[in-house]
Amino acid sequence: MVKTIKTTQRWFLSAQKSKGFLTQLKRWDLMENKIEELLKNKAKQIRKDILEMTTEAGSGHPGGSLSATDIMVALYFHKMRHNPKKPDWPDRDRFVLSKGHACPALYACLARAGYFQISNLKTLRKLGSCLQGHPEMHRCNGIEASTGPLGQGLSFANGIALAGKLDKKNYKVYVMIGDGECQEGNIWEAAMAAAHYKLDNVCAILDHNRLQIDGFVEDVMNIEPIAEKFRAFGWNAIEINGHDFEQIISALNESDAVKTKPTIIIANTIKCKGICSMEGKVEWHGKALSKEELPKALKELGAD
Amino acid sequence: MAEMIATRDGYGKALVEIGKDKRIVALDADLAESTRSLWFKEKYPERFFEIGIAEQNLIATAAGLAASGKIPFASSFAIFITGRAYDQIRLMAGISHLPIRIVGSHAGLLTGEDGASHQALEDLSLMRGIPGMTVIQPCDAIETEKAVKALVKLKGPAYLRLSRGKVPVINKKNYDFKIGKGVALKQGKDAAIIASGALVHLALEAANELKKQKIDARVINIHTIKPIDRDLIIKAAKETKAIVTAEDHSIYGGLGTAVEEVLSENLPTPVEKVGVNDRFGESGKPEELYKKYGFTAENIIKHVKIAIRRKAK
Repeated sequence: MVKTIKTTQRWFLSAQKSKGFLTQLKRWDLMENKIEELLKNKAKQIRKDILEMTTEAGSGHPGGSLSATDIMVALYFHKMRHNPKKPDWPDRDRFVLSKGHACPALYACLARAGYFQISNLKTLRKLGSCLQGHPEMHRCNGIEASTGPLGQGLSFANGIALAGKLDKKNYKVYVMIGDGECQEGNIWEAAMAAAHYKLDNVCAILDHNRLQIDGFVEDVMNIEPIAEKFRAFGWNAIEINGHDFEQIISALNESDAVKTKPTIIIANTIKCKGICSMEGKVEWHGKALSKEELPKALKELGAD
Repeated sequence: MAEMIATRDGYGKALVEIGKDKRIVALDADLAESTRSLWFKEKYPERFFEIGIAEQNLIATAAGLAASGKIPFASSFAIFITGRAYDQIRLMAGISHLPIRIVGSHAGLLTGEDGASHQALEDLSLMRGIPGMTVIQPCDAIETEKAVKALVKLKGPAYLRLSRGKVPVINKKNYDFKIGKGVALKQGKDAAIIASGALVHLALEAANELKKQKIDARVINIHTIKPIDRDLIIKAAKETKAIVTAEDHSIYGGLGTAVEEVLSENLPTPVEKVGVNDRFGESGKPEELYKKYGFTAENIIKHVKIAIRRKAK
């Protein structure tokens, strides 16, 4: 963790000089070396938001949102250069949520980062809301891509990355894909293209929670060995524990150092991470907690 | 005798011209030579992206470029780009309303020898169904050039339908093209032939022949199938009371259907449709296929006469 913090401090100081910089972490926090603790607290807040907003909506996908939370928190509250006050800032890093059903996590991160009011989270999936059941890019600030139908976000990220290369911008494009999503042919078309065009400004993160609607990924349609597949396609692949901030941050930093090829971080995660009684259970892929079940889950999370 | 040029050639030429604008990028799926996007690649290699035989990736990559301020022209054969990438088009061009230009060459029976699998006869139906999609089918190379230039300025997504075979150039260089505005090529009071694409010159031929038979047929070129020029169609129905549509596409979901929708809602009028009647094409020379499937001046004339008989009842 020490190494990570040093890197972060360096980046923080240089980023401070650049226009449009934002982080939720104040400088004194960094001095106190409290990043990991801060990110953990932020993740707890986001998980609470996810549970509350899906329960309020009466539907949604808590499972894959909770497995993806720590990675998104590391991106939005630590790694990415972005500015909620200037959502169209051309030099911003982008995050594309290819597994669009995990949008409660995205919406919570965007709201907590300041892209829109936190009270909007209660409108998830409701008529007239900017927070649709699956993300739509023109509905509200901060959403970089419309997603939901699986397999398309990696191609979209490649397009942004190609434009970045053309325009000589040094922004980075982060794209989160699901493990079940890797069954889509479009993922492999995009994987081939990212390596072909040497898109080292693309960093994919695989939320490898091992579950999809019909059961375990390995039973439904095995995708393993997934890291080797991406390596064979010409990618730099890093395997980590997707709930360990030190590992997440050092993998994200490593991706910056790898040139001429895209990086994929295979993040081993747990579906519904954070709520013991729900963890690893496929039934929570696409079902919200009832209002009666919610308090117990928040208690398990330690956010009651 | 008019010069014969394929609309895809008009596309390739115009794409190079608009390439002066650095926002323009072109993508293809291993058919750059056929779609003529290769001409852009030769001139602006750094702004051309070969995607390989992967149409889904073609469209979704174009969408990412469009979201980053580029104006992507993504081309392939009409059936592959609209059929194989339909969900990508629906989500990333449609729902996201991004300015992707989807260019489908080798549309219709004019594709010829490659056969049914390669002859898009349903693509207009697919693209017309997507909210916010502009759908354009030029009738000659000049109209194609004008359409490509107009597409640079258009907000939102568009489908440009092109063909492989050569067709006569009927428009003049100074022709005023506007997206969404049909063109009355010939006035007439007895019936109106509303045609699009490669059938427009056949409609003119039919009207000239009908004139000899003392039937005064109007000819309208509808290059923009969506949003369609409702006023021009309603006016034609009001003044002629007999309509014939002609297109190198299925009679379901294309120009004929679009015209019927306008008229049934506004001014119910007999409509006769020249198009492919609920079947696939087959291999053959384009001119042989056009004859077999009724894409001829004679068949248009036959339908005009039927429409006129129907209005008498």
